[in-house]
Amino acid sequence: MRSMRPKLLLNAKEIDILLHRLACQLLENHLDFSESVLIGLQPRGIYLAQRLQQILVDEYKVENVPLGALDITFYRDDFRRGDKPLVANQTQIDFLVEDKRVVFIDDVLYTGRSIRAALTAIQSFGRPTTVELLTLIDRRFSRHLPIQPTYRGRQVDAINRERVEVKWKEKDGKDAVYVVESQT
Amino acid sequence: MERKGRKRRRLCGGIADVDIVKVMSELSTRHLLGIKDLTAQDIHLIFDTADNFKEVINRPIKKVPSLRDITIANIFFENSTRTKLSFELAQKRLSADVINFSASQSSVKKGETLLDTVNNILSMKVDMVVMRHPNPGAPHFLSKHVDVSIVNAGDGAHEHPTQALLDTYSIREKFGKVEGRKVVIVGDILHSRVALSNIFALQRLGAEVKVCGPLSLMPKHLGDLGVEVETDLRKALDWCEVANMLRVQNERLDRSYFPSTREYAQQFGLTGELLREMDKELVIMHPGPINRGVEISSEVADSDQSIILDQVENGVAVRMAVIYLLASKIKK
Repeated sequence: MRSMRPKLLLNAKEIDILLHRLACQLLENHLDFSESVLIGLQPRGIYLAQRLQQILVDEYKVENVPLGALDITFYRDDFRRGDKPLVANQTQIDFLVEDKRVVFIDDVLYTGRSIRAALTAIQSFGRPTTVELLTLIDRRFSRHLPIQPTYRGRQVDAINRERVEVKWKEKDGKDAVYVVESQT
Repeated sequence: MERKGRKRRRLCGGIADVDIVKVMSELSTRHLLGIKDLTAQDIHLIFDTADNFKEVINRPIKKVPSLRDITIANIFFENSTRTKLSFELAQKRLSADVINFSASQSSVKKGETLLDTVNNILSMKVDMVVMRHPNPGAPHFLSKHVDVSIVNAGDGAHEHPTQALLDTYSIREKFGKVEGRKVVIVGDILHSRVALSNIFALQRLGAEVKVCGPLSLMPKHLGDLGVEVETDLRKALDWCEVANMLRVQNERLDRSYFPSTREYAQQFGLTGELLREMDKELVIMHPGPINRGVEISSEVADSDQSIILDQVENGVAVRMAVIYLLASKIKK
């Protein structure tokens, strides 16, 4: 199958507006973040998490927004099932989440399996009071598990053959979200 | 959110980076029989994975569910405390099912052969075998006759690969990298599987290695490995940055190799006095068990320069990495 040209879903300006809206929604629910922590999911959720933290601290003057990175590789349910071995990333959570309000942050919500794994993984760091999910892109009608985001940037209908790719300025050169037809 | 160069590369998209992932994400072997079979890339992959597990075992809950459908048999035909505990802990922290077998309490005493013993264990649906055996090459023999992942936990005076991996991992942790470091291994090189595996691992990673000890405890083939022998401990310490002190393996000494333990301690024992004389920041290692007052004095073993207990902690992380990476190659 020939791969089509990537279709631009969101440009930098649109992403910027979404980020500010999401930051405001977080602010509305968590106020001063004294009991809340942001957890970016490795590998791609950390960029979104860092951006949101930046906006909250720099623009909305929240003094301290704790931010961690959680790698879910060892908690995935497809170990030894794929063709490629799973490669782990760094987990960096320098605080306990015991009695905290945790917000998971990931770029794309697709089957929900990563979030299932993250819910198991976070238990190793304590028992949070609540866990919420923030995602930039929510792919509708593709869930394998009963998991829905608390905060969503944009809802997208994409067929299974397509992939949603989120690009970030600090890593990929510019902010953009594409829908691409996958090669396989 | 600081991360190291290698890790950062791995996160990136793009075609070139995908290639790196491909090369770096899998071991080149399905068994760990010896360091001799590993490439430098294999060792780096094990180290990077061990970094992740070291973070895991410092969490309030030190367990991940990755290997919950894997069963591992620990078969020990020779005594061990540290290695056996470390392997078992590593397996349990990966959520594997574990069965333990010690030759002293088994049918081996009744005349069963190694292959029969192992085949019987495997018919209970075991996916991986960790074995220690007094005969060099026993795990290699087994790997040719049974269809299961084998991890060598020490075979006679041949190899002890996980010990060498955790030793070099500890050096990497202390110095940032192993390449270019000067390491001297002191003691009974002739009977030591730790020495041979360490030599292989250090050389593969680009460290300089010397050995030091009485000539009677030096094997003949050392020259072929490109390892220099130093019989004067002072000179050896003067040269090195890391000293790995080995135990005299009394249980393997079939005849007298040196006049007395006291004389050995005087010539090759590392004491606080000697260390102060050196007047430099040496890193002191020991694979254990320690004979205090023989190859290392209590003062040195318990000093700030000693990383002996770090080695033990790293042992669990490194063994988790080895088992995880080998398990990921077991076909579903």
